[in-house]
Amino acid sequence: MIPASWFLILSAVLFLIGVLGFFLKRNIIALLLSVEIMLNAVNLTFVVFSNQHRQISGQIFVFFVLVVAAAEAAVGLALVIAMFRNRESLNVDRSNLLKW
Amino acid sequence: MIQILFFFFAALAAGAAINVLVQKHVLYSALSLILMLTATSVLFILLGADFLAVIQIIVYAGAIMVLFVFVIMLLNLPVDEDGADRLRWLKFIGIPLGLFFLFLVTATLWNVQAGTGTQSRFVGSPQAIGQSLFTDYLLPFEVTSLLILIALVGAVVFAKKDL
Repeated sequence: MIPASWFLILSAVLFLIGVLGFFLKRNIIALLLSVEIMLNAVNLTFVVFSNQHRQISGQIFVFFVLVVAAAEAAVGLALVIAMFRNRESLNVDRSNLLKW
Repeated sequence: MIQILFFFFAALAAGAAINVLVQKHVLYSALSLILMLTATSVLFILLGADFLAVIQIIVYAGAIMVLFVFVIMLLNLPVDEDGADRLRWLKFIGIPLGLFFLFLVTATLWNVQAGTGTQSRFVGSPQAIGQSLFTDYLLPFEVTSLLILIALVGAVVFAKKDL
């Protein structure tokens, strides 16, 4: 019997790590990986509350999050390839063409 | 016993997630993320979501992360160039602020949810999930297929050499 708050705190920790990674890293693939960490933390929260309320709906939503993660990874990595082809670098600070 | 399992895999997940940020080369970050996803799937089993744990390993660690590793190896990346940081100071403000946020969330969760426990025998079997997915959530399920089709076409268009 594990308290639900432990799972929720772990989920908050993982989400925080994802947010920090998103803001501190410079490589665009590392940013995508940070987004995956955040999505996974949210999935954990969904499953915990599904367990708490004895409802299967929370687990269904994890499926949809999984699908969105897959679509995001596919499109994001295609964008990464296009970006690398154009500027030979994955540093997000280098793509500042629209900045003045 | 089950608490020991929880602590071990929770520490593994958090450590692997931190390792994702610490690593210089992004390939090691991706491999560390696979470790984190696997540890999380064990936590799903502790919560009685057996089917989701398997799906997590097959789809996330199996398919999505292979896509990441494939692209990383395809691009033949230079090792992280971290020079000329205009955001260097962000580290010294962001991490304390993040920890403060974490403290607030933890304190709140600790007070509100302290009494309730999870049960490991709430089974999200494939039958129960399938039944719910194909009755109550049929329309979102179908819309999902449309989303995947759009993502597929978009990925092909973006990755093509000349548009």
